Amino acid sequence: MAEKEIKLMKGNEVIAHAAVRCGCDGYFGYPITPQSEVMETLMELKPWESTGMVVLQAESEISSINMVYGGAATGKMVMTSSSSPGVSLMSEGLSYLAACELPCLVVNCQRGGPGLGTIQPSQGDYFQACKGGGHGDYHLIVLAPASVQEMHDFVELGFELAFRYRIPSMLLADGAIGQMMEKVVLSPQKPRRSDEQIAQQCGSWAACGKGRRAKRNVATSLYLQSDELECLNIRLQEKYREIESREVRYEEFMCDNAEYVLVAFGSSARICSATVEMARAEGIKLGLLRPITLYPFPIKPLQQMVERGVKGFLSVELNAGQMVEDVRLAVEGRALVEHYGRMGGVVFNPESVLEAFKNKLLK
Amino acid sequence: MKETIIIAGFGGQGVLSMGKILAYSGVMQDFEVTWMPSYGPEMRGGTANVTVIISDKRISSPIADSFDTAIILNQQSLDKFESKVKPGGVLIYDTNGITTPPARTDIDIYTIDAATECARLGQAKMFNTMILGGYLKIKPVVEMEYVMQGLKKSLPERAWSLLPQNEAAIKHGAEIIKKVR
Amino acid sequence: MAEVEMKVENMVYAKPRLITDTVMHYCPGCSHGTVHKLIAEVIDEMGLEGNTIAVSPVGCSVFAYQYIDVDWIEAAHGRACAVATAAKRLHPENLVFTYQGDGDLAAIGTAETIHAAARGENIVTIFINNAIYGMTGGQMSPTTLLGMKTATTPYGRDAALNGFPYKVSEMLAHLDGATYITRQSVHTPANVRKCKKAIRKAFENSLAGNGYSMVEVVATCNSGWKMSPVEANKWMEENLLPAYPLGDIKCSTLPK
Repeated sequence: MAEKEIKLMKGNEVIAHAAVRCGCDGYFGYPITPQSEVMETLMELKPWESTGMVVLQAESEISSINMVYGGAATGKMVMTSSSSPGVSLMSEGLSYLAACELPCLVVNCQRGGPGLGTIQPSQGDYFQACKGGGHGDYHLIVLAPASVQEMHDFVELGFELAFRYRIPSMLLADGAIGQMMEKVVLSPQKPRRSDEQIAQQCGSWAACGKGRRAKRNVATSLYLQSDELECLNIRLQEKYREIESREVRYEEFMCDNAEYVLVAFGSSARICSATVEMARAEGIKLGLLRPITLYPFPIKPLQQMVERGVKGFLSVELNAGQMVEDVRLAVEGRALVEHYGRMGGVVFNPESVLEAFKNKLLK
Repeated sequence: MKETIIIAGFGGQGVLSMGKILAYSGVMQDFEVTWMPSYGPEMRGGTANVTVIISDKRISSPIADSFDTAIILNQQSLDKFESKVKPGGVLIYDTNGITTPPARTDIDIYTIDAATECARLGQAKMFNTMILGGYLKIKPVVEMEYVMQGLKKSLPERAWSLLPQNEAAIKHGAEIIKKVR
Repeated sequence: MAEVEMKVENMVYAKPRLITDTVMHYCPGCSHGTVHKLIAEVIDEMGLEGNTIAVSPVGCSVFAYQYIDVDWIEAAHGRACAVATAAKRLHPENLVFTYQGDGDLAAIGTAETIHAAARGENIVTIFINNAIYGMTGGQMSPTTLLGMKTATTPYGRDAALNGFPYKVSEMLAHLDGATYITRQSVHTPANVRKCKKAIRKAFENSLAGNGYSMVEVVATCNSGWKMSPVEANKWMEENLLPAYPLGDIKCSTLPK
């Protein structure tokens, strides 16, 4: 079908295009600012007429995530998107998806909280995304896009990882990336997987109708015997260790000879890259480490930086200090770690980050 | 080349779409661009603004606190953004509804009476492209050929019949923009 | 007990082929086993074993997936109709049904149920209404009758304190997307036969793409009601059936 196309699009619109183009089978969502353009774009694109993808507006985020659960349990490539308060409602469902080891993609275009909060961008859901959010010991693979192009690319990557490890993937964006327009190269249309391909890939677990299978498949997370539930947990933890060893993704910017390093993800990382340029112009040896996967977190790269003599880190986040805990855990007290953030939807600019860096680390 | 522009006014004045046309024009000329809107409650009838950055290099922060150019369409936005124009930068404003004109002397200030002109021509919808034309006269960051491509890309197909009118408005805007100081 | 030799030629009754050998956890006298049997028989008779996706609830029938030999998805409490919606939309050729009790469906799952029905999802809900939460130990449910004693209404359900019960089927029957709504029971052999016909009709209705179908089964919970199975049947006839009368409530087609 279509060749590579360069467009100017909002991050949210791109999510929709990327979903259709990577062969997604179903989207289930509920409107919430600042991400409503995802479903609006899908409805405009009418993929049910082209690829056969199902798009459905649910009656709530609770229903959306359980539709995702239902679709994922049958082996289909399904997704939802929401923003912070909606993702809170989805937390129970995410725990079920993780427990049943079902692949899916959840986009959180974060807004300021807690509570109803604001529709302005925030990164206040780092804990929720990376440390569980729902009940029980589980993880999601969390990808943090920092550009509209990455909003596009991480849809397919999120699905790929979700199916590779049978785990829900989360794309943790924010209102700024969702609402921002940038140049984006859209990938060519991929066909949706055929029933045979799904049977090959997911036949051992997908509850899509027994067909000619001898053994039925059941998606359940109920284990009334504690030792059985512990076995599930042990398996999950082994999987998480494997993901931690294989799937860490990050980007370094001017870190080679850096004495100090900013650690920032998503839109914060974009802002911080300008801070780094400003600092370098002043002769300060500052770099930026941008975690692309928030879970698994880039622990080793941080430790290697400590080993090669980085004196301090500033974790720059649009929140009260969440990722900074993971930076501190990685650094293990061997270098200075500080946090700078704004909350409630207030966004810092490169100048204020530089000032905070000087105040907190250079003094 | 890197140009950071704030366009600010009332919701409904075409602020966001003016920014989109400009950004898409940049894309057509193979520049890097970002278009970052305010999307708060103001988009429902109050003030609206958008930051557009056009650059020949990768754009780091899409969020800016100071601007090379400010295009101002109401008094609230003037009050808010006059001080954010970089020294030596450009401020363009439509005089309609401006009660306290800008006072800075370290920037270049232009006016464009697009609202009055559009009313005179009976083409209220051409307001934003007329202003854009004025801006491009002062800051030709994108070549006109690509502006016309960007205009077409920005408009939905059902509005393509209005392309000639918009093109004319862009050209007309270039003619009516005036330097104040 | 004397050994009885079973010979095929002497067999007049057998466990349905699609009922698994797993020992059921249901209390003696409970209606779930009978309804499971009917579902298993209908799936087998309609040749749907290979293309059925069943969705089980949270409640006593949470383990329904252990007993009927088809593919199952165990839903979070109340969410079965949302889960089934997606499964059906993504597998439109399959039979997709939910199996839910009154706590799961009529309390925590009200929104999912109403909206699936309103959208006219081509799914079937088998709704077991025994007017009590069985699994958690006999608490009041939305369909608990006024005056009925439960663990959370120890002096009887009082409208001023606990609100009124409501009729799920009658409520759903108002929705354009719901086309076959019926209320059945399995407390006599005649009712069992009628209930089976209703389940078949509901399955056929959904496979025909005619919107949402519900078979409500007014059922006993002798443990929760603290009665013997026989007493429970009698109590159900005298108390539940007047409040939840049996019969078809709606048989229609989707509006054009």
